[in-house]
Amino acid sequence: MRTSALFAVLLLAAASACSSSDGEPMEDPAADDPRSGGDTTVFDETRGAFAEPAANLHGDRRDNFFIGNAIFNRGWVSAPASVADFDGLGPVFNALGCSGCHTKDGRGRPPIEPGETFLSMLLRLSVPGKGPHGETVDEPTYGGQLQGNAILGVPPEGVAKITYEERPGTYADGAPFSLRRPTYAIDQLGYGPLATGTMISPRVAPAMIGLGLLEAIPEDAIVARADADDRDGDGISGRPNRVWDVAKQAVVLGRFGWKANQPSLSQQNQGAFNGDMGITSALFPAEQCTAAQTACAAALTGPTPQLRESLSDDVTYYSRLLAVPARRRTEDVAVRRGRRLFEKARCVACHVPAARTGVVEGFPELSEQSIRPYTDLLLHDLGDDLADGRPDFEANGNEWRTPPLWGIGLVKTVNRHELYLHDGRARGFAEAILWHGGEATSAREAFRTMPADDRAALVDFLGSL
Amino acid sequence: MLLRSSILLVGSALLVAACGSDDKGSRSGTSTTAAPLEKAGPVVEQYAKNVHANYVEALDKAKALQAAVDVFVAAPSAATQEAAKVAWVAARVPYRPSEVYRFYGGPIDDEMTGPEGAMNSWPLDENFIDYNADDANAGIVNHPDLVATIDAQALRGENEKGGEKNIATGYHAVEFLLWGQDNDAPSAKTTGKRPYTDYVTGTGGTAKNQDRRGQYLKVVAAMLVSDLEGLVAAWAPGAENYGKTFVADPKVAVTNMLTGMGAMANAELSGERMTVAYKNRDQEDEHSCFSDTTNADILGNALGIENVYLGRYGSTDGAGLDELVAAVDPALDASMKKALAETAAATAGLQGVPFDFAIASADGSPEREAVLKVIKALKVEAPLIVRIGTALGVTFKLEEPSEQL
Repeated sequence: MRTSALFAVLLLAAASACSSSDGEPMEDPAADDPRSGGDTTVFDETRGAFAEPAANLHGDRRDNFFIGNAIFNRGWVSAPASVADFDGLGPVFNALGCSGCHTKDGRGRPPIEPGETFLSMLLRLSVPGKGPHGETVDEPTYGGQLQGNAILGVPPEGVAKITYEERPGTYADGAPFSLRRPTYAIDQLGYGPLATGTMISPRVAPAMIGLGLLEAIPEDAIVARADADDRDGDGISGRPNRVWDVAKQAVVLGRFGWKANQPSLSQQNQGAFNGDMGITSALFPAEQCTAAQTACAAALTGPTPQLRESLSDDVTYYSRLLAVPARRRTEDVAVRRGRRLFEKARCVACHVPAARTGVVEGFPELSEQSIRPYTDLLLHDLGDDLADGRPDFEANGNEWRTPPLWGIGLVKTVNRHELYLHDGRARGFAEAILWHGGEATSAREAFRTMPADDRAALVDFLGSL
Repeated sequence: MLLRSSILLVGSALLVAACGSDDKGSRSGTSTTAAPLEKAGPVVEQYAKNVHANYVEALDKAKALQAAVDVFVAAPSAATQEAAKVAWVAARVPYRPSEVYRFYGGPIDDEMTGPEGAMNSWPLDENFIDYNADDANAGIVNHPDLVATIDAQALRGENEKGGEKNIATGYHAVEFLLWGQDNDAPSAKTTGKRPYTDYVTGTGGTAKNQDRRGQYLKVVAAMLVSDLEGLVAAWAPGAENYGKTFVADPKVAVTNMLTGMGAMANAELSGERMTVAYKNRDQEDEHSCFSDTTNADILGNALGIENVYLGRYGSTDGAGLDELVAAVDPALDASMKKALAETAAATAGLQGVPFDFAIASADGSPEREAVLKVIKALKVEAPLIVRIGTALGVTFKLEEPSEQL
């Protein structure tokens, strides 16, 4: 036999020896590692599971986390108040403190009770077009988001309303399901009608766990997975969002937010202070009042920036170092079966299980960690049914960033609900999967056509994350 | 007679001695498997009694405050204002140690019905209530167009759907309405200087809407009373209430007692209330900034931790966690008592210097050092509380952050 042929035979033999008996590739030995956040992982299954400092944070650095935590939990008041450090709320706002929407550092949801307002969810607004740096163009009267609260004497912007339309469907085995499609309206508009062509995008508050780790994933690792033209023909065409970094005055990779429109935690946080609470900062020195909102513009707001830089740094530090809670029941037979089904259905093509962080200067706790966030941080077209129709930098109206799935099984404990996807329309994991269209269609169909006990195992696996 | 009673005495002494030796035999001090919470029943009951007594006292003083406020508003003068201020200061005394009963979703801070936010919220949204140095027309007081009738419903209405926290009622709202903003530099060591004439309707009145201001003050004082009445009822002995369920499960009860202590020692008092202020030196980042009584707040909060550990409230000193701890780990009990004593000494050392002055002082100055000393003393307590939990076989979260909602 010629040497190359012998070599080929040997390689083949080696390859089949490595494969498991059903010809699937060898399992990642870390596939069931419960330490989703590497050394930051905490073992906590209680309501406080999302609010813990990274397990590897000690001493003074740990104390500093709690300073940021105190600021995160503070209520802000309208200016000018005696506590100059915490005034400047509004004039229009969504919540008067960070934990108002990010309750227990957890996931927001749409209203449940009749008459309930948007407590942990907001509506982004824009009109067609792109700004000078590729950003969205704010709705001219109401700005970039609807703010339903206001300080005394300033009219709030409006009251967001949702109506749902049920859409029944069936699994391949005949079992029924129903999905609910939301429609949004804004009542009691405080400043006149919305511009024609206004785009509305509903967004629940995402959980705050593991953000520092996500920030620490090297850019080339993220971009390496991009395949915008689907060259490998697997039906998946993830692509990075490229967004404006205010501090750097440059276009950079976006990684935070439902459409990956924020490049860094510091910009995300200051943007949230500004948009959600009306607090000005170094990066965002202007109030959220449009020219049409005269009462808003006339309101006293105290000196700018309202958010002192040291407080901003404290909050960014805090948001970097929230721990990731460990997976549960990783030894469970059904959970493992569910994991394999998740892989087999190719959910992992976008919800990529593993990542590795790089070296983060000043943050040894976050550096060189093997983590399991279940996201590629790329944009994917999820189909028309799930689209918000609102482009955001390079994300088009159908695209969403793959959200991380770590911790998702604890949302029901921490936030006492099981409403998923960007607008909480999905009641439970199965409905969330069934909404996946576009690039995710074949994965969804794989789920829809699974026998009932396989579907249950996959859902069980998601509950273990 | 004498002989008979002494025989009785000797007899009972022998009986007790016999029981004592039996107990010694069955209780081997080093075994932690001898359920450390076996005797928690009386401790937990004592806690419930103390909590009730605490809220009863807070209610009494709140009623006295309400009465003084009513007198002041009916006949505003320097004397009646001073009497109302004195009544406020007195009303705060029992409230402070009661803050250690927070953090476990008990009646004070039950997620849906707890009045903590309405009673003690801070920072206060002053502009929401009344005028300020920059705007004479600010606040509900000066806006009959926005709030026609000032009553409890109007003020609580902001909180109806459970979303935004009530930031314009409670002790500090009363404080603000009596003292006004403290706009002087910390070195002046003065409180807010609101004139009583802000409440004089007719000639001699200052500011505007004096009648509405008086109404606002009366309403918030009355709201404190009604909130405290609810708390007293929730812990009243012999009723079908929270207190009854609390004492029914000693393990959960002890967990909650320790949670309150730990949260107060770590996240709330040393963390949020002191360290943030110490670090940022913002003059008014102090809870009782109008009356400059924050030092007393700190002392009272720390006292609350001590009370729960010792089973004490006021002059009542009953079964406490200390007995349970001493039974399994006497050295730990001693350490905790030492830490509590040091914290008490440190908080005593703060009195006499206004907190805003202390935090604004130079690093290394005696005033700054006094604040740091309290922070450090509390930080010694916190891990001891965790160890106490372990020794008693309960797990709880030390670092429960204060809830904003």
